[in-house]
Amino acid sequence: MQRIGVFVCWCGSNIAATVDVDAVVEAVKNEPGVCHAQNYQYMCSEAGQGLIKNAIKEHNLTGIVVCSCSPRMHEATFRKTAEQAGLNPYMVEIANIREHCSWIHKDKKEATEKAVILARAAIAKVNLNTPLRPGESMVTKRALVIGGGIAGIQSALDIADAGYPVDIVEKSPTIGGKMAQLDKTFPTLDCAACILTPKMVEAAQHPNINIYSYSEVEAVTGFVGNFDVKIKKKARFVDEKKCTGCAVCTAKCPSRKGGNEFNCNLDNRGAIYIPFAQAVPNVACIDSTRCIHFKTGKCGICEKSCSAGAVNFDQKDEIIEQKYGAIVVATGFQISDVTKFDEFQYTKHPDVITSLELERIMNAAGPTKGTLLRMSNKEHPKDIVFIQCVGSRGNTCRDKTYCSKICCMYTAKHAMLIREKYPDVNVHVFYIDVRTPGKNFDEFYRRAVEQYNVDYIKGMVGKVWENEEGRLTVQGVDLLSNRRIMLDTDMVVLAAAIEPSEGVRNIATMLTASIDTNDFLTEAHPKLRPVESPTAGVFLSGVCQGPKDIPETVSQAGAAAVKVVGLLAKDKLVTSPCTANANELMCNGCSTCERVCPYGAIDYIDKEVNDHGKREVRRIARVNSALCHGCGACTVACPSGAMDLQGFSNRQIMAEVDAICK
Amino acid sequence: MSEDIIAISGINPRQCMKCGKCSATCPAFEEMDIHPHQFASMVVEGRIDELLASESIWKCLSCFACVERCPRSVEPAKLIEAVRVSVLRERGGSFLSPDEIPAKLDPELPSQAIAAAFRKYRK
Repeated sequence: MQRIGVFVCWCGSNIAATVDVDAVVEAVKNEPGVCHAQNYQYMCSEAGQGLIKNAIKEHNLTGIVVCSCSPRMHEATFRKTAEQAGLNPYMVEIANIREHCSWIHKDKKEATEKAVILARAAIAKVNLNTPLRPGESMVTKRALVIGGGIAGIQSALDIADAGYPVDIVEKSPTIGGKMAQLDKTFPTLDCAACILTPKMVEAAQHPNINIYSYSEVEAVTGFVGNFDVKIKKKARFVDEKKCTGCAVCTAKCPSRKGGNEFNCNLDNRGAIYIPFAQAVPNVACIDSTRCIHFKTGKCGICEKSCSAGAVNFDQKDEIIEQKYGAIVVATGFQISDVTKFDEFQYTKHPDVITSLELERIMNAAGPTKGTLLRMSNKEHPKDIVFIQCVGSRGNTCRDKTYCSKICCMYTAKHAMLIREKYPDVNVHVFYIDVRTPGKNFDEFYRRAVEQYNVDYIKGMVGKVWENEEGRLTVQGVDLLSNRRIMLDTDMVVLAAAIEPSEGVRNIATMLTASIDTNDFLTEAHPKLRPVESPTAGVFLSGVCQGPKDIPETVSQAGAAAVKVVGLLAKDKLVTSPCTANANELMCNGCSTCERVCPYGAIDYIDKEVNDHGKREVRRIARVNSALCHGCGACTVACPSGAMDLQGFSNRQIMAEVDAICK
Repeated sequence: MSEDIIAISGINPRQCMKCGKCSATCPAFEEMDIHPHQFASMVVEGRIDELLASESIWKCLSCFACVERCPRSVEPAKLIEAVRVSVLRERGGSFLSPDEIPAKLDPELPSQAIAAAFRKYRK
């Protein structure tokens, strides 16, 4: 028989205002096994923990129940308290009488009754608890960063500077990500390339960083400290070691009909290409879907023109297998599809463009060499209309429900840059709200209005059409004066919503990292653990977690790196003993558990068993406790009741249910 | 009264974020005294009498451009329709009697138009 102590916390008035804590203590005193019960104002305080420690010693307790907040909050605290008093930490149970009781009820009598029932269930469980010992696992001192944009680069640099080797896996032929496509950055207007490319070079030259460009993560198995990752290095048909980046081949390639992704398809590139001049690695890449050689077996001009002999049409995809201790997801974002907004004519008229396309038009390395031109006739525009919140902040199938956060600022930037360089161009911005929280952000926006005379109009645009002069007419409304607005303009720029990159679902699935309804990766705690995924060993960096600008991305990337370094600095990790186990006499080898296990922790062995004197070889489930997360899916799926979870055994769960139903 | 409009339209006007897309889209904007984007907040504020008396409810073409494009699913045309229906019910009845319907049936005519004609137009 256990000797159980019950400790009821008031949590100030959080619990005590709704639950009669004295009544709970009185009610649980007569439960089987309970030999001590008391309440206290703040059980998690040092004094409260002292009470628990004293009671364990004084009453020689073998198990304790703390009636308090959620176990997610303080289970670890009270386990440590018990351990300090000489009790096995797994002899502690939490009855959640705050989130599950006092916070959600108003009636004190009912809430008290429920608190007693929850306490009773926890007591019933502790009666069946057995001491458990956590295991240990080793830590591979190497980190993987998925995504080579500014987020991934910064995380990798910070981890590498702390002395740990890092691999960056980037799916495109160069690192740099979206920031490399930007012209200037708010609110200081420094050139994006000028501040990004030194970091790209630093990453490439860092002795602790290895970049797998044009590569994708194929498979991830294992667990925190011990991930096994398969990386597919796609064939670029150019030998990275031989290519000097001279770009002779890219100029000579005759296949020039396909769009140039780096310039948002506003111009074309060859089938062999280097995405941009400062690419890292500065190595050409052949797009085999466009290459004449791959289509007809002829051509081969690039091969002939390459003085380094780097072109190799026989190159094959390569699979690299590597072990990692921690993984940083930095998969970034893409511009959402604006073609569904037919009222803005994006697909019909070349002068209706997205903001990212405008970045490329404004950029000296872009399709117009940095000259602001209408894409329809290459003429200088007289009027430009910006439309905010295209696809953001809605609740229909066309919209994202969230605010994309960066558009107000980059539109103010665009407006200002245009007015600075071309004072003859009239700039109009249709907005719903101007959101500028951030250091020097609102000042930046006010400058656009006050110094650069940008015309801000409150109200969404209704529609855009091509008028008789070949210009565009924008129909909107000024909500402040309640007037219809009709504007003739030369260009319309859509501030399209941003969304997580296309492949993120796939990566989240491989990592068993959770994502929200918008495909943003979920953090372990929205406030207190914002750079960690709920999956141990997986960390979040940049826009893959939610919309953010460059300064925020860099801060978060650094924070994720610190978490990785903190993990890699450990030699061994403590593993939870709450893992599944198959009772070999009851297991019939049906494979049901293997199919439901989300972590691939279950396999089967043929084992000789002694079933009440009868010896025979049977197929029996075997759980790899290092892989098992203790989710319990197998225990409920097992048709013969052979699977059990340590610390959450079927008997314990049934005892809790019985106690509740009593 | 706001509750009636909300119940008839099946719309929650509190979803409106006041972006003005409905008014920006509306082809009858210039004809209206109260504009589509104002309907949502006026229903929320309980200013139903002003809406009942407004010219706008007779100027709305029910083209549903605002329904199509409203990013917040407020769909002002449905609110306007609810106000219009309230006025007609208040005035005490339909302009058509059901007996007149069979004679008016025409395979080219959408049945919706007949349903609308009941309340909207005089003979």
